Amino acid sequence: MLVVEDVQFTYPSGVEALKGVSLTVKDGEFVAIMGQNGAGKTTLVKHFNGLLKPTRGSVRVNNVDTSKSSVATLARHVGFVFQNPDHQLFCETVDDEIAFALKNFGYEQCIIEKRITWAVNLLGLSQYRKTSPFMLSGGERKRVALASVLAWDPQILVLDEPTIGQDHRQKENLRQFIMQLQTQGKTIVIVTHDVEFVAECNPRVVLMREGKILADGQGKQILTNPTLLEQASIVLPQIAQIFKHLTTQGFPVNIIDIYEAKNLLMEKLEERKHECL
Amino acid sequence: MSVFDGLKFRKIYSPVHNLDPRMKFIYVIIVFAVAIIFSSMIPLVSLFLMQVPFVMLARVQKQWLRSLRGAMFLALFIFSINIATNFFTQGYTLNAKNIEDAATMTMRFLVLVESFSVFFLTTSPDHLGLALEQSKIPYEFSFAFTTAVRFVPVLAEEAQTIMDAQKARGLELEKGNFLKRIRNYVPVLIPLIVSAIRRSLELAEAMESRAWGATKKRTNLYELKFHRGDYVLLALTIGVLIVTIYAFLYVPIPTIRSFFGFP
Repeated sequence: MLVVEDVQFTYPSGVEALKGVSLTVKDGEFVAIMGQNGAGKTTLVKHFNGLLKPTRGSVRVNNVDTSKSSVATLARHVGFVFQNPDHQLFCETVDDEIAFALKNFGYEQCIIEKRITWAVNLLGLSQYRKTSPFMLSGGERKRVALASVLAWDPQILVLDEPTIGQDHRQKENLRQFIMQLQTQGKTIVIVTHDVEFVAECNPRVVLMREGKILADGQGKQILTNPTLLEQASIVLPQIAQIFKHLTTQGFPVNIIDIYEAKNLLMEKLEERKHECL
Repeated sequence: MSVFDGLKFRKIYSPVHNLDPRMKFIYVIIVFAVAIIFSSMIPLVSLFLMQVPFVMLARVQKQWLRSLRGAMFLALFIFSINIATNFFTQGYTLNAKNIEDAATMTMRFLVLVESFSVFFLTTSPDHLGLALEQSKIPYEFSFAFTTAVRFVPVLAEEAQTIMDAQKARGLELEKGNFLKRIRNYVPVLIPLIVSAIRRSLELAEAMESRAWGATKKRTNLYELKFHRGDYVLLALTIGVLIVTIYAFLYVPIPTIRSFFGFP
């Protein structure tokens, strides 16, 4: 359980990045934090594992106040995958890379071995175990970074911009992967600009603007509200755009799921067919 | 990062910022030379105080103090090394002379740091590049220099992100003894170097695609010219030089300890 209470944060340079944010993420929830650049999304999630400590207010992870705990302690419960994998890869092999965090947390060698095997299999990296991470493609490097965090099996997983630089198939894999983690009861928080990706997942969406939370609710409600999205500089997902134009034909507005959309359209087509006959 | 903050240029308008960088550079070099010529306390302290009006005039007191604070550790180090060597080489006695000599060496270091700090705080990288170019230094070199200066803050920011990423994987930078702590920085340095190399290759491609080096003779939008302020600084520099040479040759400089009656 992650509880953020009226958090304000000012960078040493004087930039006020968060102006009173309150948010509760329950265990097993899937949350997407969205908003324009500079809205404070990354600043907010950096509070979750104590990389940043609130200037005012408090952040509690499983009832532990982050300002009274070190990043290394919090990181065991909150895994954080950064946007750019090149900011963390440094080892000679993928195996070593994944082992790095496990060694830091003091796991025993035999457990480390098991964890690595588990993580590389999970992310389809088993053929690269002895390869240098620097030789891999961008998408593969991103997966190594993800594997190196998943390896210690944190309860809460924070992904900063997980879809950037990924092709469509990788995105689909990522989506299924997140769903799989969710069925295991993991809490997942993603920070993203990718509306289509969020529309496909339909998680809880937290919309931020200028250091404050603008809206908080189910993706289906938030991503079909043009006024809200306008304020957060986000465009409607494509399916929502179509249905916005189709309201005159008697279609509902809040549709973002591709199958739901298909069914509605098919129904209408069937109706028309009957009318013609 | 506090030391680097003390050298980072910020755009403000002040008489010192508007000076020709070439003139400022000459001035800094002269201050350097004078600081090295003298090895007694009084001239070095006066040299130190001489920079203060510049700092006030340029309104960079805060950053300037920060750079001095950053230099404090090294200053203390220099002081103790000097005290120790004097102590061991001069018959295991600690007297007023030893202390004053060590303090003088420290003061010399502070003068060097402060004048460098004022120079970099008040000179934009663009002006510096322009100054190098107009001093007939090949453009390749002046460009490399300005690029290096410009990328320092970018690299500092990147280092911070990398540190965060590794901390999120349980790295504790402050843990362990001295050697262990240095080793702790390997996971930060390798990604930093790799990304710097990658960035430089990208920069090279971007530059080439914008016709870098297409013509031998480049023209500049701005030209550096000497103004009244620069002539004033030139006069001041020459004055300092004359006083220095005169004092060095003809004036016996008293030591601080002699005022208190120490030998």
